[in-house]
Amino acid sequence: MATSSPSEKDQVTNAVASGVQAIQAASSSEDLKNVLSSLVGKKGELASIKATLGKVSDIEIRKQLGQLVNDALGQIQHAADARSRELLAGEFAQQIEAERVDLSELALSESVSRRRGRMHLVTQSTERLEDVFIGLGFQIAEGPEVETDFYNFEALNVPPSHPARSMWDTLFVESDVEGSVVLRTHTSPVQIRVMQEWPPPIYAVMPGRVFRKETPDATHMPVFHQIEGLVIDKGITFADLAGTIESFTKAFFGPGFTSRLRPSYFPFTEPSAEFDIRRPDGSWIELGGCGMVHPHVLRAGGLDPNEWSGFAFGFGIDRMAKERHGVADLRDMYSDDIRFTEQFS
Amino acid sequence: MKVLLSILREMADIPADAETVALALNSLGLAVEETVVVGTPVPGVVSARIVRMEKHPDAAKVTRCFVDAGDGVERHVWCGANNMKPGDIVPLATLGTVMPNGMEISRRGILGIDSEGMLCSEVELGLSDESSGLLILPPDSPLGISPFDILGIEHDVVFDLDLTRNRADCWGHLGVARDLAAHFGVPVKGPHIQTGELGDVKSLPVEISAPEQCGMFSITQVSGISVGPSPRWVASRLAQLGMRSINNVVDASNLVMLETNQPNHAYDAEVVSSFLVRCAKAGETLTTLDGQTRNLHADDLLICDAKTGAGVGLAGVMGDLHSEITETTNTLAFEAAWFAPDPIRFTSNRHGIRSEASVRFERGTDPEAWKLAVERFVTILRETCPEVVLHAGTTVSKSSECPAPVVVSASVARIEKLLGIAITPDKISHILNSIGFVTSIEGDVITSIVPTWRPDCSQDVDLIEEVARHFGYDNIGKTVPNSTIHGRLSTMQQRRRVLRRVLVGLGLDEAMPSPFLAPGDLQMVGLPEDNVLRIANPLVADESVLRTSLRPGLLRSLKYNQSHRAPRIGLWEIGHVYPKSDEQLPNESEQLAIVVAGGSAHTALSQWSAICDALSVGTQLDQTRVPQGLHPTRSATLARGKTVVGVVGEIDPVVLSELGIDGRVSVLEVNLSIILNEDPKPVQARDINRFPSSDIDLAFVMSDDVKAETLQRALRQAAGKRLVSIDLFDVYRGKGVEEGSRSLAFRLRIQESSGTLTDADIASVQESCIAAAQKVGASLRG
Repeated sequence: MATSSPSEKDQVTNAVASGVQAIQAASSSEDLKNVLSSLVGKKGELASIKATLGKVSDIEIRKQLGQLVNDALGQIQHAADARSRELLAGEFAQQIEAERVDLSELALSESVSRRRGRMHLVTQSTERLEDVFIGLGFQIAEGPEVETDFYNFEALNVPPSHPARSMWDTLFVESDVEGSVVLRTHTSPVQIRVMQEWPPPIYAVMPGRVFRKETPDATHMPVFHQIEGLVIDKGITFADLAGTIESFTKAFFGPGFTSRLRPSYFPFTEPSAEFDIRRPDGSWIELGGCGMVHPHVLRAGGLDPNEWSGFAFGFGIDRMAKERHGVADLRDMYSDDIRFTEQFS
Repeated sequence: MKVLLSILREMADIPADAETVALALNSLGLAVEETVVVGTPVPGVVSARIVRMEKHPDAAKVTRCFVDAGDGVERHVWCGANNMKPGDIVPLATLGTVMPNGMEISRRGILGIDSEGMLCSEVELGLSDESSGLLILPPDSPLGISPFDILGIEHDVVFDLDLTRNRADCWGHLGVARDLAAHFGVPVKGPHIQTGELGDVKSLPVEISAPEQCGMFSITQVSGISVGPSPRWVASRLAQLGMRSINNVVDASNLVMLETNQPNHAYDAEVVSSFLVRCAKAGETLTTLDGQTRNLHADDLLICDAKTGAGVGLAGVMGDLHSEITETTNTLAFEAAWFAPDPIRFTSNRHGIRSEASVRFERGTDPEAWKLAVERFVTILRETCPEVVLHAGTTVSKSSECPAPVVVSASVARIEKLLGIAITPDKISHILNSIGFVTSIEGDVITSIVPTWRPDCSQDVDLIEEVARHFGYDNIGKTVPNSTIHGRLSTMQQRRRVLRRVLVGLGLDEAMPSPFLAPGDLQMVGLPEDNVLRIANPLVADESVLRTSLRPGLLRSLKYNQSHRAPRIGLWEIGHVYPKSDEQLPNESEQLAIVVAGGSAHTALSQWSAICDALSVGTQLDQTRVPQGLHPTRSATLARGKTVVGVVGEIDPVVLSELGIDGRVSVLEVNLSIILNEDPKPVQARDINRFPSSDIDLAFVMSDDVKAETLQRALRQAAGKRLVSIDLFDVYRGKGVEEGSRSLAFRLRIQESSGTLTDADIASVQESCIAAAQKVGASLRG
C-alpha cells in the first residue's frame, strides 16, 4: 500500500505547528486576520503543498495527502477561531471600558430632554367629559360660535325683549340688523341645530366655547367653555334625566359620588332643575342646569312634542378643570404662561 | 330677595325649625343663598338709668357714667359714646356678658379705675349694621330687664332667596308662605287682617287713558291718619329686609309690599283726590322722590292729578317728590295697581331706576291683590293711628289688559309620561289646589284655573312643573333611557384628537388666547383688517375685533413667555376664526396654528410633514404665493389646486421686530375645516416586492433660481415605474460649487416589479435621470 512521503507529512505538520504558533502570537483581531490569510491564503505554505498534489501520481497517496492538508487547514481554522474569541473578548472589554458613560449626566443634560407638549386644561377636561359621555351612549355635536339671535335665544323659548334675556350678559356682533348676531352665550343653540339636522332619536353632548360680557376675575371669564347634553327619544321622562345625571356623576367623579336635582328655571326647559353633586364627604358641588326640553324648543327644532320628548343639561367645563387641578384663579388657566401650562402632563 | 321667618310663620303655621324650612325652600326651587339669625337676645344685658356723668381730667375721649340697673347698686362704667345724658335709660352689659361678637365683658379699667360693665350701641347688640352712639331706650322703660324685651325685638331668621325669573309671586312673603304651607301640608292664612268697621263710601275718580299699560288701578280712601314713627317691630322687620324706616305710613306701605307683593302708594288725599293714568307727553318732566328731574319718554306711564293734569308719579317705578305725604297728612288715597310688565321694565331701564316697586311690576304682580294690600295697610296703621278708617267704595278701574284668570289642562297620562312617575288624579288635584289652583277632574284630564298671582303658568308643562315640585324632585326615580344609539366620535373628531396627539408629541404646548383682538392687531402681524367683524358692545375697545387668524393671539402669548424667560417655546392652537361673509353669519372655520420661537421654515415643514403623515393628507407647496405677514423668501402657501389649505414658513422679520420678538419664529397655519373633514379610505395592502432593489446616488449642481422640487419632479419622471423612493439627502453650497448655485444630492431607490435589475437597467435609469436633470438646468456634479 502506497503511503505519502514522510517529508511531505512533516512539511504539513510543521506548517500547522508554526501556523498555530503564529495564530497564538496574533496581538489583535486585525493581526489575526492577516496571519490567517497568509496561512490559508493562496500564497500560504499549505496552499503550495496543495498545489503540488496534482503531481502526485499515486491516487492513494494523493488522497492521503489531500486529507492531511484539509485536516491541517481545519486545525489552523480551529486555532484561529479560538484565538479570535480570546482577542475579541479582550477587545470588547477594552472598548466597553473606553465607552463608559454616566447616564445620570445624560439624563440631566438639556439635550436629552424630549418633553411632550401639553394640552390645555380645558381640552384635557373636554376630552375626559366626551369620553365619559361616549361611554354612556352619546355622540358629540358642534356648532358655530357666532350665532343668530334665533338659535341663541328665540328658538330656545326666549323671544325678543323677553325679560329672561337679562339672565345672560350678551356680546353682540355688529350686523345689518342690530342685535341679530351674537357671540353665543351658551352651547344651547347647538341643541336646535342638532334637532334640525339629525334625525331623532338624539343622544348628543355639545362641548364648546361660549361668551359673556363679563369682566374677568378669579371665577369668571368673558370667554369660557360649556358642555351641553341633549336627549330626544320617544317616552323620555324626567326620571330618565335624573338617572342619566346620576350615571354621569358616578362615571365621571367616581362611585362614591351621587347627584340630586333641585327645581329651577330656564326658559328652554320645563320642568327645570339645578343639579348638584354630593362628594363622598357629604359636601355638595353645584354643577349645572337641566330639565325637560320645552315644547316650544322641540317645535323650533322641527320636532312634534306629542311624538318626541327629551331632556337637556349643561355645565361649565372650566370649572371642572379648576376643581380637578386646584386652580385658584381662572385667569391663570387662560394666561398661556408656560410656567402654568407645563405642570399638567 | 329677603324673607323673614317670623312673617312666614304669621302667614302659615309651619311645623318646622329654621333649618328644615331652609331645606324645604331649596327643594321647592326657592334657593336659599344665605340664612342669617337676627335679634338673638344677649343674656346679661339689662336696662339701666344713667344717674350721673363725670369727665376725668386725664381721659378726654371717654366719660365716667354711674348707672342704676334697678338693683340698688350704683355701677361705674367708662363710656366712649357721647349721645347720652343723665336720666337716659340705656343697655348695660354686666360683667361676664358674652357679646354677639364673642367679646366677654370684664373689669377692664382706664387709669386704674375699673369699669363694671359696658353701655351698648345697636351694633354691639347685633341689632344693626351701623349706629351713632348708645342705644337710648324709651324714657319710661323699667330697669334691670332685657332691652330686647323692652323693644319687643324678635328673635328672627332672614332667608336670602335667589329667586328664579318665573317666580314673580315669591317677591312677596305670601308667595313663599303658600309654597311652604303646601309643602308642610298646612293651610295658608295670609297676613293678619283687622281693619275695624268700614267707613262711609268715599270713591275717588280714576281715569285710565293708557289701557295697554295699566290693567288695573285701585284707589281707596283711608282717613284718621296721624303721621309719626313706626312701631318698633315694623321698623325692625323693614331693617331686616333691607329697607329704612321713614314713618308709620310709608313703613306700612313698604311692609305691605314686602308681605303681599303688591307695590302701592299713599297720596295725601287733600292734595290729590282724582287720578288720571296716561302716557307722558313729549318734553314733559317729573321730579322723582330721589330728587332727580327726569325727561320723560312718550312710552313712560304717569299717574297724574286729574284736576291739574300734572304728574304725581312715574307709574310703577317711583313717586313724585311733590305729592309725598307730610307730617300733617290726615287722609290718604291708597293706590294699588297692576301695570304691564314690559313697559315698566323699559321705563326702569330708560331712567336707570330699579325700585322695589319696579322689580315687582316687571316680573308680574297679582291684579287681584289690591284688597288684601289695603286691608293689611290699615291693619298695620291701626297700631299707631287708633282713629284710622278704611273707607268703603274703593275705585277699581280695569282695562282690557288686566290679566284674566287662565285655564290650563293636562292629562294624567301626559304628566306621568313626562315625569316618569305614577300618580293619581286626586293627588295631582290636591297638589295644585294646595298652591291656589282651582282644579276639576274629568276622566284623565285635570283642568285648573291658574291663580292670578302665577303669571308664569300658561300651559300644560307649567302645571306639570308645579306637580313635580310638590311631588318632590327627590321622590322621582332615577332611570336610564333605553337608547338604540351608540356613543362615538365622528371621523372629524377622531382626526382632531389624532392631530392633538401629534402636536403634543412634537413637544408643542397648547395655548388658548382670547379670540378678541384690539383694532390694529391684525395689521400689526401683516394681515388685512377689512374683513373683520366687530363686537357691538365690547367690554373694552382692546377686545372689540373678532379674529380672522390665530396668529396675533399666539404671537402675543409667545412674546409674553419670551419676556418671562421662556425663550424657546412652541405653541399651538386649534380654534375658530370669524371672517366677515356675505351671509348673516361669518365664514367661521376651525384653524390650526403653530408658532415656534427660534424655529425656521425647516421646523414648520417638518411639523407639517408629521401632520400629513398622521392624517394621510397632502398639499402642494407654492412659494410663488407668499402668504401675508410671512417671511417673503422663506414661506409658502399650502395649496390643493386653487384651494389654499394653509401657510408654512417663518414670520416676517419686519412683523417680529414690530412685535418686539427676538429671533426667528416658524409658523404653520392650516384650515382644519378642510383637512379634518376628509375621510381617507382604508389603505389597501400591496404585495412586498421581494426582488432586490438598488440605490442610485446622483448629485447635481443647479442654479438657486430653480426649485429643488422642479429637479425632483424631473428625476421622478425620468426614473419611471421602477422608482420606489426618491430622497434629497444632501444640499451643499460653498467651495467647489459655483456662487448662486447649490449641489443637490438625491438618492433614488429603484426596483423591478417582476425580476432582478440588471446593470444595464440601472445604467439606463441613471442616464435618463441625468438627461432629464439637464433639461431643467441641473448638471451632474463632477
